[in-house]
Amino acid sequence: MTGPREQFRPENHDNDNFLMTTVVGSYPKPKWLHRARDLYEDDDEKFDDGNFQEAKDDAARLITEEHERTGMDVVVDGEMRRNEMVEYFAHRIDGYEFNGRVKVWGHNYFDKPSVVDEVEYDQEWLISEYEFTADVADSPVKVPITGPYTLASWSFNEVYDSEAELAYELAELVAEEINGLVDAGARYIQIDEPALATTPDDHAIVGECLERIVAGISASDASGGSSDLSDGVPDDVRLGLHVCYGDYSRIYPEILDYPVHEFDLELANDGFEQLDVFTDDEFTKDFAMGVVDAHVAEVESVEQIKENIKKGLEVVPPERLTVSPDCGLKLLPRDVAYGKMENMVQAAREIEAELDAGELDVEPAAASADD
Amino acid sequence: MSQVVATTPGLYPLPDWAKEELSDLKGHQKDDLISGDEGADVTAAYERTRSEVIERQHEAGLDRIVEGQLRWDDMLAHPLAVADTVETRGIVRYYDNNNFYREPVVTGDLTATGDVAAELDAASEQVDDGLQAVLPGPYSLADLATDEHYGDDAAFLDAIADFLAAEAERFPDVETLFLLEPSLVENPPGDGEDERASEAIDAVADAVDADVVTHTYWGALEEKVYAHLMDADIDAIGFDLISNHDQNTYNVQEYGTKDDVALGLVDGQNTLVESPETIRERIDWFADQTDGDYETVYATSNTELFYLPVNKSEAKLDALANAADLEVAQ
Repeated sequence: MTGPREQFRPENHDNDNFLMTTVVGSYPKPKWLHRARDLYEDDDEKFDDGNFQEAKDDAARLITEEHERTGMDVVVDGEMRRNEMVEYFAHRIDGYEFNGRVKVWGHNYFDKPSVVDEVEYDQEWLISEYEFTADVADSPVKVPITGPYTLASWSFNEVYDSEAELAYELAELVAEEINGLVDAGARYIQIDEPALATTPDDHAIVGECLERIVAGISASDASGGSSDLSDGVPDDVRLGLHVCYGDYSRIYPEILDYPVHEFDLELANDGFEQLDVFTDDEFTKDFAMGVVDAHVAEVESVEQIKENIKKGLEVVPPERLTVSPDCGLKLLPRDVAYGKMENMVQAAREIEAELDAGELDVEPAAASADD
Repeated sequence: MSQVVATTPGLYPLPDWAKEELSDLKGHQKDDLISGDEGADVTAAYERTRSEVIERQHEAGLDRIVEGQLRWDDMLAHPLAVADTVETRGIVRYYDNNNFYREPVVTGDLTATGDVAAELDAASEQVDDGLQAVLPGPYSLADLATDEHYGDDAAFLDAIADFLAAEAERFPDVETLFLLEPSLVENPPGDGEDERASEAIDAVADAVDADVVTHTYWGALEEKVYAHLMDADIDAIGFDLISNHDQNTYNVQEYGTKDDVALGLVDGQNTLVESPETIRERIDWFADQTDGDYETVYATSNTELFYLPVNKSEAKLDALANAADLEVAQ
């Protein structure tokens, strides 16, 4: 086993096999939430903190329940409270300042923050978000958190001698937040490191960050025992890592040494061209595979998604396969995002039934000698 | 004593009001980006941005004034993105940055468009002297593009060089031309290709009656690539002292350099603003290390400036201009 997974199986799950279904994290915001933010940011309007908080709570409740309606096993609130994956955190960390937006591509911009002083943990980042979602949801809740390497890499560093040094400092803060989340009851934490795809040569830095996070969790009161992989991380806490839109051959199999249970990777976008990367060297962790494209506004059919899931079964056996979209869904129209998730869950359930019935003959390409 | 000339490699961040306005006018998708046939509203908005950044460079006191390349949605790939026989396809990563551009795919014989010349014509109305043109170097532009027409790398590089030379021939009078060649560092040419890269730069440099600076960044050139670049008939080579001062200095110590030199002295990718004194110290350090008695030192940021928020980019213009003035005061 590669980690505590069975706890996420729903009580009324119909099939013996269990392909865990979930999302990466972000989901399209309702239009009225954007409107509410505009009102909140407009000094001429009387839309205050309380009004905006209420709007975000409503949206988080709505999208958490929308995820549950698709039938997925582990849900998220769609990151309704987060404006962007670095900005959101930088606003909550001492040592950051904002100077204005910078270009990403075309007319897409990002309010890239600057580290102008030593970074320190100030207010909580995600604990209240988790508590609210867990309260709304009947299903288990996953918490996506931007990783220290991406927080460092997508900031201007005015203080530390190197980006790595900044990333290591931030890793301590991420560990502190994860401790708080674990204390609050979170059992599935996904660390997002998309910046690793930009600079794959830095995979050792990301590895060191994760080691420090795990050490930070171990050192805390939250740790109640020892898991098979991550000393000191409570046995029932599952750690994942999400990396997307890069050349995986430049980071795999090295990333298998990271102290996490699961890798969540994007593969549908380029038609599973990179699948070979993961079959050439045995995939020894849980594999959360992107089976629908987050950048195509057409809902894939159940049949198509089933074919994609079968590709995942070439990499790992069913008990180690998680079924998810390529990446956050926030850029899709909301009905398309919903349709994709509904079909994805349906496809997973049909594959499970076919596996139960012995109708599917899919074997992982590589089997280790000591299995 | 060298003359310090404060300048930049161009590609400025859009003023914040224009980020909003142009985004509304043009849209957010890849088909909405500049293709060279934009309408009157978009053209007018860009004219205002150009005017604004030229004015800001004057205010800072820079010695060379760039047009700003604010229309270059595809960064250094822009000259191809507006060319007729080029298709812009998927969004691809711009070097090792969190930035993306549309992959330009060359599908037929390239012909110059005059697009960059028109930008410079417009700028020249506001700049009496010291106008500086900016183009991608031929090796970098070929590296950023995909060839589906010319068939082999050497023919493609030649075609890109001819294309850029034809664009440059249409320029109004400019004092200086900066050819930006980050690919010479990031994706260095191999045997034979290094010599052709140098010849291609020569071909573009020959097309203008101006001082030509071939500026490199994100590290230092491999020795052999540097040695070949020294054969090109250009006035200065630019060195990124922010990302790798040791290797760049070594190249100059070992192989010499032109009579003029360009130095990347402020970081185009960090909001920390260097003081004029720091910039001045870096110039002196480089001159000292290389025993250089340069006629002209172009003091510039190492990279394009669009990576920065507007306030910090402007603060860096002030710092560069003030560093050049410090020297006069001494």
